[in-house]
Amino acid sequence: MSFLNRKSSVSRRKPMAAAIVIAAGLLITGGGYAAATAAITSHQSSTVASAAQIDEGHKLFLANCASCHGKSAEGTQNAPTLIGVGAASVDFQVSSGRMPAQASGPQMPTKNSQFTDAQIASLAAYVASLAPGPAIPTAAQVAPNGDATRGGELFRTNCAMCHNAAGAGGALTQGKYAPALTDTEPKEFYEAMITGPQNMPVFNDANLTPADKKDIITYLVYLQKHPSPGGLNLDNLGPVAEGLFVWIFVLGGIIGITVWLGAKSN
Amino acid sequence: MADKKSLGSAESEYHFEHDYSAGLAHVSADKIADPGLEPHRVRMTDKSVKHEKTAARQVAIWFFVSIIGSISAIVAYFAFPITDDLGTVRNNTFFVGVSIALGMLAIGFGAVHWAKTLMPDAEVAEARHQTRGAEDVRARAVEIVNLANQESGFSRRKLIRRSLYGALALFPLPGLVLFKDMTTNADPTETLRHTMWKKGTRLTTDPTGTPIKAADLTIGSVFHVIPEGLNDREDMLEQKAKAAVLLVRLDPEEIKSQKELDWGYDGIVAYSKICTHVGCPVALYEQHTHNLLCPCHQSTFDLANDCAVVFGPATRALPQLQITVDAEGYLVAKGDFAEPVGPSFWERTA
Repeated sequence: MSFLNRKSSVSRRKPMAAAIVIAAGLLITGGGYAAATAAITSHQSSTVASAAQIDEGHKLFLANCASCHGKSAEGTQNAPTLIGVGAASVDFQVSSGRMPAQASGPQMPTKNSQFTDAQIASLAAYVASLAPGPAIPTAAQVAPNGDATRGGELFRTNCAMCHNAAGAGGALTQGKYAPALTDTEPKEFYEAMITGPQNMPVFNDANLTPADKKDIITYLVYLQKHPSPGGLNLDNLGPVAEGLFVWIFVLGGIIGITVWLGAKSN
Repeated sequence: MADKKSLGSAESEYHFEHDYSAGLAHVSADKIADPGLEPHRVRMTDKSVKHEKTAARQVAIWFFVSIIGSISAIVAYFAFPITDDLGTVRNNTFFVGVSIALGMLAIGFGAVHWAKTLMPDAEVAEARHQTRGAEDVRARAVEIVNLANQESGFSRRKLIRRSLYGALALFPLPGLVLFKDMTTNADPTETLRHTMWKKGTRLTTDPTGTPIKAADLTIGSVFHVIPEGLNDREDMLEQKAKAAVLLVRLDPEEIKSQKELDWGYDGIVAYSKICTHVGCPVALYEQHTHNLLCPCHQSTFDLANDCAVVFGPATRALPQLQITVDAEGYLVAKGDFAEPVGPSFWERTA
C-alpha cells in the first residue's frame, strides 16, 4: 500500500509541475516581447562650422583619436586615414559610441557616446575641414515621411541580405556582423548609407538617390514603430528560432497532454 | 480456417470464451508468454466520497472554464477591433485565439478527467470477431454474382466484354498526355546554360532598372544589378533568378587576378549573385575584407581574387560577367556568362 501511494504521488506531481513550468515560460517570453517598443527622436544637427569649432575639434581629436588615426588624421597601421571621410562619418561613429574604440577586434560595437553633441559637432567640423566628404544629413533629408512600401522593396534588394528583412541584423564572416536596426536613429541610417562604416559597402547617391534613402528610412521607422502583426516575432531571427520555439513549447505541450491522457487516475 | 488462438489469461469478467480469427495479422508463436493484464488498482475516487466529490467539482470547473473561454472569445472580438493599423491584428488574433482554444480544449480536458476519475475503470479485453463469413452468407453471395453474370450476359457476350475492356484501358490516357504539358517544353539544359545577358545589354539597378554609368561607382560601393529590360519581361522572375549580378568597384591594385581585371572595367567588376552551391543569392559583401558571403550555408568568396571560394560548401568560383562601357558611358555586358551560373546540374559538363 505504501509503495502504491508513493508511486501515485510522484505521478500526480510531475504533469502539474511540467504544466506550470511551460505556462510560466510562455508568460515570461510573451510579456517580455510585448513590452519591447522603440521610441524615435528626431535629431537636429548644426551644419555651421566656425574656426573656433574646428579648433576645438582639433584639440579633441589630438586627445582622443590621434593615437590610432595619426596626428593629422593620416592613418596608421592600426586605423585608416580620416582625410575625406567627411562629417557624416565622424557623427555616425562617435555619436553611436563605436569610436573612440574600446579595444581592437573584428568589429567596433556601439556603446554610450562619451562626448556631448557639441563636442561631436566640433570633431566632425575638424575632420570635414581636412578634405571634402559626405556632410551630416539635414533633418529634412532623414524625416521618415517617404514611401514605406517602396522603401521596403529597396531595403530588401540592397540591405536585407545582411541586416535581415525585418532589420534584426545578422552574422558576417569571422566575428563581424550587421547590427540590428531596431533602435537606430533615422540620421544614423542615412549616414551609414553614404559613408559605409566598417565593412558595410557605400550606397552613394547614384546608387540610392536621396529620395530612395528617405523611403528606406521611412520603412525602417515604420518597422520600429509598429508591432509585428503576427504576434511574437522571436527577434525576427527566422525559421531556426521559430522552429526551436515550436520544438520546445508546442511539442513539449503535446507530449505533456499525451502523458496525462495515458496515465491512470490515482 | 484461420489460425485459432485463445486470448491468454485475462481475468476480466468481460472476457469472451469463443475463438477469434487473427484477421490479416501475422501471428507467430510468442517466445515471451503473454503476461496478461495488470491487477486492477482501485482509484481514490472509488474509495473515498471526499475524493469523488472533488473530482466531480474539477470536471465541472473545466466545463466552466470552457464557458468562460467561449464568452471571452466573443468579448475579445469586439474589445480588440482590427483597424487600419496592421498592429491591431496582433491583439485581436491573440485574445480571440486563446479564448477559443480554452473554450474547446477545456471541454476535452473535462471529459477526459471525468472518464478517468469517475466512470468505471474495469480493464476490458474484447476478442476480435471472425473475418470469414458464415457458409450460408458466402453461398448466397456467389449465387448473386452468378445471377448477375447470367442476366447481363457478361461471360456470354464477348463483343461487349472485350470492347468494355478496351474503353476502360484507354480512358486514363488523355490525362497522361495533359500531364506531359505541365512542365516546360524547353530543353532544361539550354535554359540553365544561358542567361538574359547579351553583348551590349546595359547593367541597371535592381529593382528600378536605372542604367549605371562607370562614374556612378565609387570605391567601396556595391550595386545590385539586373539586365536592362528585365522588368518588362513576362518571365521576369525566372530570368532574374539567373541574371542577377553584383557590381563592385575595387582599387585595381587590390585585385589579385589578372582575368578579373581584364573582364572588368577600371576596377569595376560584375559577378553572378547566384551561389554555385545551391543557388542562394550571394550578396553579403564586406567592403574591406572583400569577402562575399552566402547567407544560406556560409560559402565565402574572395571578390579580390576572382571570387574564389575561401570557405564553405561551394566548390566553384562565382562566374564573372565581362563588362565594358558603351558610347554614352553606361556599363554594358560584353556577352553572356562564359559558364552556366548557379549550382551544378546533371548535364553540366564543365
